[in-house]
Amino acid sequence: MTAMTPEAPDVLAATDGRPTATREARQRRNGALASPRQRNSKVAASLILVVIGVAFVIPLGWIVLAAFDSAATVSVKLPTSVTLNNFTEIMNWETTFRPLWNSLIISMGTAIITVLCSVLAAYPLSRYQMRWRKPFMYTVLFGTCLPITAMMVPVYALFVAFGLLDNLGGTVLFLAATALPMAIWMTKNFMDSIPVALEEAAWVDGASAMTALWRIVVPLMRPGIAVVFIFVFTQAWGNFFVPFVLLFSETSQPAAVAIFGFFGTYGTISYGRLAAFSILYSVPVLALYLLVQRLSGSSFAMAGAVKG
Amino acid sequence: MATLALPGRDHRDPGRSPGSRRVVQSLLRTSPLIPAVVLLLLFLAGPIVYSLYGSLTNASLTGPKAAQPDFVGFDNYAQLIDNPQFWKSLVLTLVFVIASALIGQNLLGMALALLMKAAHGPMRAVVSTIVVVSWVLPEIVAAFALYAFFASDGTLNIMLGWFGVEGSAWLIVLPMLAVILANVWRGTAFSMMVYSAALNDVPPEITEAAQIDGASGWQRFSRITVPMIRRSISTNLMLTTLQTLGVFTLIWVMTGGGPGVESSTLPVLAYQEAFKFSQVGYGTAIATVTLVLGGLFAIVYIKALKPEVD
Repeated sequence: MTAMTPEAPDVLAATDGRPTATREARQRRNGALASPRQRNSKVAASLILVVIGVAFVIPLGWIVLAAFDSAATVSVKLPTSVTLNNFTEIMNWETTFRPLWNSLIISMGTAIITVLCSVLAAYPLSRYQMRWRKPFMYTVLFGTCLPITAMMVPVYALFVAFGLLDNLGGTVLFLAATALPMAIWMTKNFMDSIPVALEEAAWVDGASAMTALWRIVVPLMRPGIAVVFIFVFTQAWGNFFVPFVLLFSETSQPAAVAIFGFFGTYGTISYGRLAAFSILYSVPVLALYLLVQRLSGSSFAMAGAVKG
Repeated sequence: MATLALPGRDHRDPGRSPGSRRVVQSLLRTSPLIPAVVLLLLFLAGPIVYSLYGSLTNASLTGPKAAQPDFVGFDNYAQLIDNPQFWKSLVLTLVFVIASALIGQNLLGMALALLMKAAHGPMRAVVSTIVVVSWVLPEIVAAFALYAFFASDGTLNIMLGWFGVEGSAWLIVLPMLAVILANVWRGTAFSMMVYSAALNDVPPEITEAAQIDGASGWQRFSRITVPMIRRSISTNLMLTTLQTLGVFTLIWVMTGGGPGVESSTLPVLAYQEAFKFSQVGYGTAIATVTLVLGGLFAIVYIKALKPEVD
């Protein structure tokens, strides 16, 4: 059973390496001189890490290598002849640019609506003591936990009833609603860390709550807002199931759904072009992830914000 | 909808407002919540309520029953309980969640976090980047990459060939194992990051004291480190469970739920019933069951997180 699973042996190996690994780390922190045995355990940990890394990199490697291969198949191999044809062939409006443009409209729209709504909602939740604030926050937390994919059948039925099927606006509003609980939660936590004293000064000078929010709080929490924006944008950009169910005319399909077209309907699958398209489609979110890392100064940015 | 002003925060209105003014003021104060609440009610609470109602009808995708479904009471649920396919799907969902999230992602994530601490610096950077990229990629791209990996003439079988092992059509022979490993590949980065952060918060003095007292590496890990990061572990277990419960794209691309229904977890089954066999009411009943399942997990999770809300 284990022979065919690249991960399985690694799990076992990693478990075996665990005790020595921790001990070694402690010693290093302690400033103790590394004995030969500790050096060995450091080497062992690195070796195990390399094995796991190789297991993780192989599927990624396929995308990159196949994109530049003139005769790509499903297996990882060095390109028989390196070519940019896969890219040049898909560089047209119908295949690549329209789906990416649709993705951009959907993700931008979702992120803008979500961030606006959650900044507005977070302000009273963060600044005023309200009787129902706790139940509201619990409901929001509950909303972050719902398996949205499980909901798509009733959502489809509801969109039929609203006449919103195949409507970009409707899809954007739904994506915004599903992103809102997490966005409100994150925005409120960011806002809580902005001291209230500055706003009090503005209030004394006669500013309204809304003026204080837009002139003082929002500029101060710009990095936090950027993190929420990118988080929502990335989720909408990568979402396949929601547009797959709610949008069916080719002209409004985003890249996540258009990519599915390479797969089934054209009979023989052009893996090279599929991989090239995957790269063009993935680069924006990878770049945004790097941006988030810089904004919050740690590789843990997204997950950390999620944890609250 | 009345609000209580926090003394000391409310400088504009030093407590001389009569009742009616208070109400107006509190309404004004809560008005910024309106856009968010409207969106949430329409597009999140709406489908949930509709899910409960729709599962009691015989709505279909096309034909007369699409426009005017009849109310059929609990027929869909009765049908579900009688249907062995549903029970199979429920079991597959549990297997998928337990094997890929609770065991795979958590153990491998913890192992990676521990190894990262011990390994050489450059190695740490390279491997963590690779693992995180597989998590940041759009889900459908990850699904294609893994489909290619497990396909009959895919990378896995070629690599097995190097060792003289004959491969197999993994996606057909062992579809569940393939999607479980795929989900481990896809989601481990999250657990790794949660555990890396948690391990960094454990003060080294405590484990050092234990070491001086002669505790072995495993003892220090299981008796000191694990209890100290208990909260991170339980949070992470819940989050990965909820994420995995909703996985659709990965399974849909890799196996389509098949062969037959051999890898149809509940979200995939709901989709198949509603859109392949156009039984929207029945599919909605499956969706409702999945929502209730997710809701139960969510309540456990919120109970665990309670101090952070209060």
